[in-house]
Amino acid sequence: MNAGSLLGLVAQRIALGLVLLLAASALIFAGTQILPGDVAQSILGQSATPQALANLRAELGLDQPALARYLSWLAGALQGDLGSALSNGQDIATAMSHRLGNTLFLAGTAAIIAVPLALILGLVSVRYQGRWPDKVISGVTLATVSVPEFMLGYIAMFLLAVQFQVFPSVSTIHDGMSLLEKLRSIALPAMVMVLVVLGHMMRMTRAAILNVMQSAYIETAELKGLRRFTIISRHALPNAIAPIVNVVMLNLAYLVVGVVVVEVVFVYPGMGQYLVDHVSKRDVPVVQACGLVFAAVYIGMNMIADIVALLANPRLRHPK
Amino acid sequence: MNDELSYYLSRSLKGAMSRRHFFGRAAALGLTAAAANTLMATSLRAQTPQKGGTLKIGMQGGGSTDSLDPALAANQVTFQLLRMFGEPLVESDPSGTGLQMRLAEAVDSSPDAKVWTFRIRRGVTFHDGSPMTPDDVLATLRRHSDESSQSGALGIMTGISDMVVDGDNVVITLEVANADLPYLLADYHLLIQPKGGVEAPAAGVGTGAYKVVNFEPGVRAVFEKYAGYWDDSLGHFDSVEILVINDNTARTSALQSGQVHLINRVDPKIAGLMARAPNLTVTDVAGRGHYVFIMHCNTAPFDNNDLRMALKLAVDRQDMVDKVLMGYGTVGNDFPINAAYPFFDDSIPQRVFDPEEAAHYYKKSGHDGSPIVMSCSDVAFAGAMDAAALFQQSAQAAGIPLEIRREPGDGYWSDVWNVKPFSASYWGGRPVQDQMYSTAYLSSADWNDTRFNNPEFDALLTQAKGELDETKRREMYSRMAYLVRDEGGLILPMFNNFISANSNDLQGWINDPTQDLMNGYAPHKCWFA
Repeated sequence: MNAGSLLGLVAQRIALGLVLLLAASALIFAGTQILPGDVAQSILGQSATPQALANLRAELGLDQPALARYLSWLAGALQGDLGSALSNGQDIATAMSHRLGNTLFLAGTAAIIAVPLALILGLVSVRYQGRWPDKVISGVTLATVSVPEFMLGYIAMFLLAVQFQVFPSVSTIHDGMSLLEKLRSIALPAMVMVLVVLGHMMRMTRAAILNVMQSAYIETAELKGLRRFTIISRHALPNAIAPIVNVVMLNLAYLVVGVVVVEVVFVYPGMGQYLVDHVSKRDVPVVQACGLVFAAVYIGMNMIADIVALLANPRLRHPK
Repeated sequence: MNDELSYYLSRSLKGAMSRRHFFGRAAALGLTAAAANTLMATSLRAQTPQKGGTLKIGMQGGGSTDSLDPALAANQVTFQLLRMFGEPLVESDPSGTGLQMRLAEAVDSSPDAKVWTFRIRRGVTFHDGSPMTPDDVLATLRRHSDESSQSGALGIMTGISDMVVDGDNVVITLEVANADLPYLLADYHLLIQPKGGVEAPAAGVGTGAYKVVNFEPGVRAVFEKYAGYWDDSLGHFDSVEILVINDNTARTSALQSGQVHLINRVDPKIAGLMARAPNLTVTDVAGRGHYVFIMHCNTAPFDNNDLRMALKLAVDRQDMVDKVLMGYGTVGNDFPINAAYPFFDDSIPQRVFDPEEAAHYYKKSGHDGSPIVMSCSDVAFAGAMDAAALFQQSAQAAGIPLEIRREPGDGYWSDVWNVKPFSASYWGGRPVQDQMYSTAYLSSADWNDTRFNNPEFDALLTQAKGELDETKRREMYSRMAYLVRDEGGLILPMFNNFISANSNDLQGWINDPTQDLMNGYAPHKCWFA
């Protein structure tokens, strides 16, 4: 296969991603329309008078038809204008870029620890397959995956913040902090997130490599008398990359969009908390914008995984 | 100093333990009398306000949607933020029964309580350096009373026929006499802003003791002491940081790990445990807030007073206070007023759980025996589902088939409260009886969530507003309480206390029944030892 058609495949995959994103935007908009309650009531809460409600509704343009609002929203989003929050008038793009930055910082830190750790643990498991290191790694990661995040969070908080006061229990970060202070501040949520995604990635690495280990060329390598660890890392791992990248990307996407609970528990000012607050206030433009960003992250990560798989698959590079 | 000793010392300073007793304990712990005396003296010195330090408060009740616009404040955190940087004309007294002057120096009314004159304090400046004038006051009040305003204070600003500036005074003329007008103007929304805050309502500029340095909605707000503040007796910290920590466990552990000095809304379930920690103090203050079950008096089957009475008698109030509030509250008597209010009539008999009497009224009501459905969610108040379950059980003992329907917390205030004929809710209380009754029990009130329509009550309320004779007024309020209690659709089993907790280095706490965290004045009146 030549480079041109490979590029064509990649372009096709990107185009598909964009179509998916458009479909997601329509779904998000439709979904937010059927939420119970309305934003004016939620903003004013129990203290809403009918007069104040009517005033607020008119001001927010809630009397326009849905399709018109969808189209103008989509047009704005394409130009990077996500509108302003209904509840407090903040510009969404500005507020959200700050929040997204925080979330990416936390997710990135967790990923930098989790991905190499998962690969190493996976390799070690395969090397000592069926023996005690394999069993310990499998057992521990299975346990951390099975415990709900908030439970892991509370346990970490109780031990490391309240009992021994190693790390702060509240992970508020702000601009005035140095990188080191920020890292110390997010130690606990990052730790919890590493534990949450580690098991999945490690087990997939282990399974993928073991799968490759059944192949004929591995047998050849063994017959050549290579050391087992060299066989695993040099011959098996590169060929197991596609499925591993797949699961790694899925978990990275989870680190960005699935950390709502962790963010709430540790009071981390990221996207999750931002979204939850605005959902409860029926702040539709913000909910839509968050939905769009989350969808883009998910679709983007999956797209990258697909493209890497395309590039890494020897059968694509060497067609029969 | 060891924990045990510091615990005894703090108890002794609060008067919970005699000095003699303290010295005895100190001796038992191996301290000489002289050393104990020095310790006592040092700690007593700490009882006078010290300046400096950064106070950190962890609070529940905020979100990313918060704004600094006073008109939009509707939760606990925004209330506290407004307290930090702004001030109203007058403030209710911590005793709960009087007024303190803030930006007004004096208040005077005409004999018929229709024309009110507020003399505005001179020499007060806004955080932007401009002087605060009567014109700013007028513009602020105008903004909140404008018919097209979104202000949460719009309801209490109705009935004003005219407002003018007269020299140092702002003169307010009312359509109907109201002896309580100054109490209404103590509302937290009504902080005075430059030019009324019309152009930049959310700029966070006020006359308060602290000025806004940084504000990230739903995350944190940082304030520093305003150097030009007019009142030396308030605002002892150099800076104050408010962290929004909505999660109960996170808030508690932030205090325990020393990340914050003060937290609000301690979960009653763990308040007792926290109070045992040697370096923490838990304070609970009986306030005006109450947890309620609301029946619509105009909707079947609740349009039958015998059935309403049966349900009222079928509530085991003490049991609810013990099990839902864990004792951090007091029993209610089916009208929204308690001893924290001026003109409270304590001679009204307390309604108690009486299954036989309840069964009697239930039979008398002629209800067909079908389940009576109550809508509920824990959003209504903390522990609402538990309270509903207790209600169901006690009603069962009286032979009343009560069915609890769990509603989604999302949209509870728009789809359930004030919509379904029987639901759970809460009220935060108001500074005076008139405001509480006008807000929710007057036939024409926007928030008449019990659909209480009683001409005698309405007439009494209007009459009491303008009555300056205290004895007569007291009698009127008493009669109104009986009307709501015996004919209304309100079941009020309990008044909840404000429970907060702080580290022991925070001094100067004063119980204030008006609102959480000393009516929001903890950062102004407290200091570090």
